[in-house]
Amino acid sequence: MTRSVVIVGAGHNGLICAAYLAKSGYEVTVLEARDRVGGGASTVSFADGYSVSGLAHILHSLSSKVCRELNLAGSGLEAGPPVDTISLDRQGQHLTLGANTVTGDGVSQKDVEAYRDFKKEFRTYAAALDPLMMNKPPRLKDMDSQDKFTLAKIGWKLRFGLGAKSMREFLRVGGINIYDVLNEIFDNETLKGAIALDAVLGHHMGPRTPNTVLTYLHRVRGENQGLQTLPPGGMGQVTQAISDAAHGFGASIRPGEKVKRILVNDGKASGVELFSGEQLHADIVVSNADAKTTFLDLVGTGELDAMFAHRVNKTRTRGTVAKVYIALRELPQFRDLSPAQLGQRLLVVPDMRYLEHAFNHAKYGEFSQAPVLEITIPSIADPSLAPAGHHVMSVSASYAPYELKDGWEQQRTVFMDNVIALIGEYAPGFEQLVVDKEILTPVDIETEYGLTGGHWHQGEMTIDQSFMMRPVHGSAQYDTPVEGLFLCGATAHPGGNVTGIPGHNAAQRILKIQGEPG
Amino acid sequence: MFTPEILASALSFISQGTRKTKYGVQARARAYRRTGNGTVTMIYSRVLRETHRVNMKKYDAIVIGAGHNGLTNAAFLAKAGLDVLVLEKNEYIGGATASRELHEGWMYSNCSYVCSLFRPEIYQALDLGEHGLEVVPLQGSTTFKQDGDYFGSYHQPAVRRREIARHSKRDADASIRFDADLMKWCRLVRGFLLRTPPDPASLKIRDAMEFAYLLKSFYRLTESQIYEFIRFFTMSIAEYLEEYFESDAILAHFSGGSIIGTGLGVYSPGTAYVLLHHAMGDVDGNIGSWGFARGGMGSVSKAIASSFQSMGGEIRTQADVQQILVKGRQATGVVLDSGEEVYAGVVVSNLDAKRTFLNIMARKDLPDELYRRASNFKIRGSSGKLNIALDGMPQFPALPIGSPLTLGHMHFTDTLERLERAYDDWKDDCWSRDPYVDTLIPTQYDPTMSPAGKHMMSVFVQYCPVEVEGGWTDAKRDAFGETVINQIASYSPNFKDLILHAEVRTPREIEAEVGLTEGNIFQGELTLDQLMFNRPFPGYAQYRGPVKNMYMCGSSTHPGGGVMGAPGANAAREILLDMGRENTTPEDFGDD
Repeated sequence: MTRSVVIVGAGHNGLICAAYLAKSGYEVTVLEARDRVGGGASTVSFADGYSVSGLAHILHSLSSKVCRELNLAGSGLEAGPPVDTISLDRQGQHLTLGANTVTGDGVSQKDVEAYRDFKKEFRTYAAALDPLMMNKPPRLKDMDSQDKFTLAKIGWKLRFGLGAKSMREFLRVGGINIYDVLNEIFDNETLKGAIALDAVLGHHMGPRTPNTVLTYLHRVRGENQGLQTLPPGGMGQVTQAISDAAHGFGASIRPGEKVKRILVNDGKASGVELFSGEQLHADIVVSNADAKTTFLDLVGTGELDAMFAHRVNKTRTRGTVAKVYIALRELPQFRDLSPAQLGQRLLVVPDMRYLEHAFNHAKYGEFSQAPVLEITIPSIADPSLAPAGHHVMSVSASYAPYELKDGWEQQRTVFMDNVIALIGEYAPGFEQLVVDKEILTPVDIETEYGLTGGHWHQGEMTIDQSFMMRPVHGSAQYDTPVEGLFLCGATAHPGGNVTGIPGHNAAQRILKIQGEPG
Repeated sequence: MFTPEILASALSFISQGTRKTKYGVQARARAYRRTGNGTVTMIYSRVLRETHRVNMKKYDAIVIGAGHNGLTNAAFLAKAGLDVLVLEKNEYIGGATASRELHEGWMYSNCSYVCSLFRPEIYQALDLGEHGLEVVPLQGSTTFKQDGDYFGSYHQPAVRRREIARHSKRDADASIRFDADLMKWCRLVRGFLLRTPPDPASLKIRDAMEFAYLLKSFYRLTESQIYEFIRFFTMSIAEYLEEYFESDAILAHFSGGSIIGTGLGVYSPGTAYVLLHHAMGDVDGNIGSWGFARGGMGSVSKAIASSFQSMGGEIRTQADVQQILVKGRQATGVVLDSGEEVYAGVVVSNLDAKRTFLNIMARKDLPDELYRRASNFKIRGSSGKLNIALDGMPQFPALPIGSPLTLGHMHFTDTLERLERAYDDWKDDCWSRDPYVDTLIPTQYDPTMSPAGKHMMSVFVQYCPVEVEGGWTDAKRDAFGETVINQIASYSPNFKDLILHAEVRTPREIEAEVGLTEGNIFQGELTLDQLMFNRPFPGYAQYRGPVKNMYMCGSSTHPGGGVMGAPGANAAREILLDMGRENTTPEDFGDD
């Protein structure tokens, strides 16, 4: 007897989970509220003829294991050419950061060598954590054999993989902030700023916030998977390939179907009800939505233990990044930046102090007076994204807190214009090239993508919301207090970015608990 | 190629060297004696003065620094029958645990000001009661609100709940859960204070056993309690409290304790744990209460010193140690700034990790890694202190007449945002324009500290940076003091008129006087990279230094700062273990 699965949400994790389950023989239906698959990793058209990646715009962390096992290349996944990171300098002394190398006028030989060693060291730490990432996070009491095995593997990798010296260093820096770590190692302020941005992007954290070494390790773990690229066709092409793979294994994917609630009978999930009134019954329900949406909105607190509901309600999901799309009549001219460099990942983050100051505002419900930017111009590599000769620019602008003191309604254009003016300081005459523009504040992201708080990672990735406590303990191993209901989104371990790992791990967990169907 | 010139200069160098050795001195003295001249003794002593003075006596142990941890360490070593010498650079003992008469008739506890954390096990093991230490529990605390109201925190449970309910009924309910949870974590962590942290990278049986002990303590908790504990250990104090409370003043009131002495803000992850560091004090067995030492904090160090001396210990003040002597990778003694050398079997440093390794140890005696770690050790000071002599008792009109709340801590920061903004100033190397102050008027308990009818106020200030832009000057220091005084004065109309004398201390003054690097009151920040097996450095957390017979016993070691005595006692245990002596240090009392 084939067993049926309904997956709520066709984000990349939902689709990956669907593909694995369909591959194992489950009858899988994926329901997506929006009219296209991909969630935050989709391509959207924001002005006539101009398309751009919706939220995520750089592919940098997709698990190589998932790509291989689901044969995503066979379904049309094209990663595109690798991009470097270029940190812009007002005077034109830009720094180029590769996976192991850093080049630029202002950077000393000492920093070049330190960068190489630093990246190597952090990649080893990230690799040592792999058993933890690719498995359900082990419980700390009442562990099953898999948990014990995972813990033993981590212990072994830390002690004998890293060796006593590196292990001690890892245990020292693992819980602290990136600011102190970078200050110990580097001299160049721009370099430190660029690295620190990778540690805080999408989080309600500044470089001095403890925890940012952990978030940086997540980023480096992504680098271990392969390259940083701008996929042709935008991120939508990536999720379309995953969707096609899932479809190829027999999953049915239904966009434009918004789930109203998850049906629960006697503490057991029995299916979902759509806004159309249709009810779909299933043996297993998997939610790609974040924990708050899943438990508080779709399941409803009536089916939950009060303390559990309290914990879910208290998870921190304060989005901090706004997305700005800009249509351009021609390529902008950045000071001392060659056309080839223009197609890379550009950062505006002069130093860590600037970054910390930008964050200060977010704490008090203000947007940054001087924001930090991550800029891509995907139409350079893929001209089909804009009309001939024209270009699109995609900007992630931090910090733009979800809870703005004055409310976003009046402030959205002010912030957008600030961002454009700031780019103009690096690219003279930039404002005159703008044909069209649009901003997605965290509030818009919440409305459009169903991410509570507009949070990119479906919940802060602090230690207290990581591992066996992500999203909350009691549902950290993908199964939940509601029998037959599972989580597969970034809200679950190991968290955000386009990694595919939560989807992969959730599928493994379902197969383990429910067994192979039929 | 040995030219005659090089040989000659080498020979003269060697002969100069021997003049400084004990042997050389004795040889000369003997030579004079052979002349049969009646002035031999005089000449002998002149020779001693001319060359290096040498203390002929060899001690079993030397402790550098007579802070409360150094004294505690020395006392436990003396208790084991060792011949111990404590060397102190200042003319008074106690380090940061001192009472000083800096204005005539007024005794200031001019650095540390409460004794909440002092381990009762040590109090008992060293008979400190017999030696004159008396700790009075403090009564509650207050936060004054900008709207003219106040929030009072009382010890008596019913009164406490009633006051919380005055601000929020919901918070009164939550306070029951909060108190219970906090007590649970206190009890758990307290068990680790008087133990040596295990080294996670070590494969030794002792470390494995210690880990097993830690795991066992955790396994007494239920699974969800374990997760709750990890959350508590890693969360920010503000977010942790926001899970319980809603009222601004209550949130601000309970958060304050977590930022005292740290370079973190109320929204920085990892600060919830610091709350414990302050809530853990045992006074008369009440977990969570703060105490005040009669006669000021100097009474604590005086009592420990007296206990130490009663066991035959020796203390020398105005003896500034220049360097720890190392011979053949073994510590052999110290040399003082007078040039005098003192020898001992064991040398223990009560100085912070930075001073110990960068100031009083030779670079050649340190492994490169340790030197790098010491250079990078985070010890940024973040606190200032004002000690104020008052002509009378200041009035606080917000409080009801006769309120007992002036007996406790008084704070004037009533929202989390104000606390966090104070931190933002510090990050930018400015003192907080709207600082968080922890004010106490101990003369209400202990009239002996000031002339009759007069009072002394101790004001602890968070945040004050190590360096302000352009460097500290006396004028900037006074401007900092002015900021603090103005804040208090806006809640107490007669306060300014009562001020007779005020001592203002920034990290600069604290470093200069006490010798705490960068004025950090905890001898190193209490962040995860510098706690437990990482304190002060990974691989050096078990009180042993890089050379044989050299140890650390200050707050730079586990379990860290506060007038606790635990680092001193723990270090003594390790020293006695290495010497094969009987352990004189106490075990944790255990629960209830």
